[in-house]
Amino acid sequence: MSENCAARLTVNGSPEDFLGDPRRSLLDFLRLDLKLTGTKKGCDHGQCGACTVLVNGQRINSCLSLAVMHDGDEITTIEGLGPASALSELQRAFVTHDGFQCGYCTPGQICSAKAMLDELAAGWPSAVTKDLTSGPIPSDEELSERMSGNLCRCGAYPNIIDAIRAVMQAEEPA
Amino acid sequence: MLTTYDTPDQRNLLDRTGQGIIGAPLDRPDGPLKVAGQAPYAAEYDLVGCAEGVLVGAAISKGSIAAIHRDEVLAMPGVLLVLSDKAMLRRPAQGGAAQAPAQDVRQIDYHGQPVALVVAETFEQATAAAKALRIDYDDQSGSGRFDPDALDFAPGEEPTVLGDIDEAMSKAAHRVDETYRTEGHASAAMEPHAAIAQWDGDDLTLWGSLQMVAPNVKELADSLRIPDARVRIVAPYVGGGFGSKLGISHEGVAAALAALELQRPVRVTLSRQQVFETVNRRSETRQRVRLGADAGGRLLALGHEAWISNLPAEDFAEPVTQATQFLYGGDNRYLAVLKGEITRLTAGSVRAPGEAVGMQVLESVMDELAHKIGIDPIELRKRNLPARLPGQDLPYSSRKLFEAMDEGGAAFGWSKRKPKPCMTRDGEWWVGMGMASAARVNMMQPASAQVRLEADGRVIVETDQTDIGTGSYAILGQIAGEMLGCPMDRVEVRLGDSRFPAGAGSGGSWAASSTGSAVFRACESIRIELAGRLRIDSEALELSGGIARGAGKEAPVTRLLAGAPLERIGRIKPGKTADNYAQASYGAFFCEAGVNAFTGEVRVRRMLGAFGFGRVLNAKTARSQCLGGMVWGIGGALSEELQFDPRDGRLMNHDLAEYHIPVNRDVPPIEVLLLEERDAAASPIQAKGAGELGICGTGGAIANAIFNACGVRPRHFPITPDKLLAQLPDPFAEIAS
Repeated sequence: MSENCAARLTVNGSPEDFLGDPRRSLLDFLRLDLKLTGTKKGCDHGQCGACTVLVNGQRINSCLSLAVMHDGDEITTIEGLGPASALSELQRAFVTHDGFQCGYCTPGQICSAKAMLDELAAGWPSAVTKDLTSGPIPSDEELSERMSGNLCRCGAYPNIIDAIRAVMQAEEPA
Repeated sequence: MLTTYDTPDQRNLLDRTGQGIIGAPLDRPDGPLKVAGQAPYAAEYDLVGCAEGVLVGAAISKGSIAAIHRDEVLAMPGVLLVLSDKAMLRRPAQGGAAQAPAQDVRQIDYHGQPVALVVAETFEQATAAAKALRIDYDDQSGSGRFDPDALDFAPGEEPTVLGDIDEAMSKAAHRVDETYRTEGHASAAMEPHAAIAQWDGDDLTLWGSLQMVAPNVKELADSLRIPDARVRIVAPYVGGGFGSKLGISHEGVAAALAALELQRPVRVTLSRQQVFETVNRRSETRQRVRLGADAGGRLLALGHEAWISNLPAEDFAEPVTQATQFLYGGDNRYLAVLKGEITRLTAGSVRAPGEAVGMQVLESVMDELAHKIGIDPIELRKRNLPARLPGQDLPYSSRKLFEAMDEGGAAFGWSKRKPKPCMTRDGEWWVGMGMASAARVNMMQPASAQVRLEADGRVIVETDQTDIGTGSYAILGQIAGEMLGCPMDRVEVRLGDSRFPAGAGSGGSWAASSTGSAVFRACESIRIELAGRLRIDSEALELSGGIARGAGKEAPVTRLLAGAPLERIGRIKPGKTADNYAQASYGAFFCEAGVNAFTGEVRVRRMLGAFGFGRVLNAKTARSQCLGGMVWGIGGALSEELQFDPRDGRLMNHDLAEYHIPVNRDVPPIEVLLLEERDAAASPIQAKGAGELGICGTGGAIANAIFNACGVRPRHFPITPDKLLAQLPDPFAEIAS
């Protein structure tokens, strides 16, 4: 376990070299090596979703993935969506709708929501999709089901749905 | 100004200060940093040379360490240190302890207890070494007590005895005498407990995830046998607490000891499994409730007895009957909490200790009584609200329970509830409605805060008060801005640093009313000074938008300051108002639930909570607190259950895959009504506790909706399908009408 491994990743648009312990998770690479602590460690076992990041546009639990597995991948973290001084629409909506309290699950919720909206737009079904041929209708139940991999102990779930809904409505063609 | 709060402040000053931001649903000022991932939590400070520590848990339930094979892991790559000593904590501190909890990890009190810390250059090296560490035990697990039903129980406090409950029960026209069970709960805050410790000579700085900084300093200093003044704790952002971070726990002391030994910073983060296994649990409860009513539905007898557990030598006993003391009448009363010693991890405060499980059960039994009598559950409650506190003859400070039931019921559509079970079916689902009262005792705690009005008119608030998601940043800023006539973007709130004056800490729903009152008093002192400079009476002073006005005079605040800041410390502590009034926050829950006629699965379909907790300081963050409480109520009612191995007391479901907190799809649309109220006895800002009220009775409303849906009376929480299935009515039967 002492032999170092190498990988080159793109993180929030910047090339980053990983050289280190093959046991290092993508999550710990982001937090400890790149100091991108916006991605949170809630359970380290893929059970809570606090560590959700986008890999080539798709959401994953970064704690369940090793850094060395991501050679050539494009990673987007909460820091890549927008800083406090220039929030993205989704981040702004989470503030407006109080889609968080303690804030610890929040970066994961937002990254997850971003990818979820793309999945919905691409017509991916979920466990509650009634009709697989005509594609999902973005009901509250669809949104809740698709956001259920991201736990929030403060119980901000209804506000999280409100925030996502607000962004969906803003993006709808007039 | 007196520090103690002895006379109710009826002036309602915040209603006429003029800025107009108090109570407004403003966004959290900490929001942008949190949604951008830029708010640093305990483990996220970047210290040069920081080593990584991982704790090791005991593989036995009781006994001591015979040998610890340090050398084997010290030979592993990167390993720097193996600690297992008498200063390390084997239990977390209880809330407000302000002294060291049980120390010396060479003794083992429960399965999974920390017994050693392994420190290495990297997290991976420390984790591998912690796993590899071999420990020989003197195993005394055989003498442990593992069955919560077979303990030696003794009352923690004197039982409350009024009249003769047995005689009253025997004479009652209607009576219910039932025993309920609730299983243990975990706080399960999303941020695992974490600490980074760094020494500078004799001075320790600890970045921690903690709820109550001032007592935490004392706990840490006492554990390390150093003066309080040598300890600084920094905790500006805390990823949830719910009681689990009231006192310090193992990670902080271990990090401090290792950092001292290695003379470099050390970070220790509990794994999710360690959070479950070693931090406070809420005790399981067995509760017997006796209600006896006359023919008119008025209570003659009220009995509530609870059997709970904790480790030996722990004083904390889940105060199950806390709200039963004051909520309903009944001249003949018997209330008692009996504690038994068990070999399980420490029991302590988990969100709304007492009421969370006590109200859940009391409100279920009230529903049983209403059903027996054949009256509406709201009507039964209304007939039993006492005029004065039973047994102590004290007035209630303010109680919006009637209003909550009426306004909540109207908004929810309670009149559409069917009076009998099994009258509504929606496909596979039996559908019913239930309600419950909400009640949570109100407490003020000593608090202080510093407010500085800068020469340029900006306002800075500083206190060690934490914001664990509760909204302290927002509401303390709003109080200061309202009092000093300053818009929110010119107010800065700095929290969670032991260098600031000691706030009340985040616990017991007291932060807003206690630390908020300290901020209020600091501001009031500044207002008096400004009024003097304007040469008017302070009562006539109006401050808004940076302008001071009154008695026909007017001046910009900056001119009154004349280039120099004004700085005051406000202080408050509970006084005679706490003794002279029965104080609590109240509300009512309404729930519509579906029970699957074939599987027994329960889905909450919609909920409403109406709450009165005095002045609302920020309608947005207050609503979120209520929402969150009700989400906890769903978890406690339907899924949350700590499961212990009956052979050795080991916590079997020690992670978020096996301990089921509600997920997004478990939570239906929830409506929150905030009732207009001013409670002058509670605080000079007329505010009471809000943070825990939302969980205090929710589970009862859900259980009552289940009964109304399918006719099965659940008496064992959480109400999992197995507990309903055997008693469910024939799913193909005709619907009653």
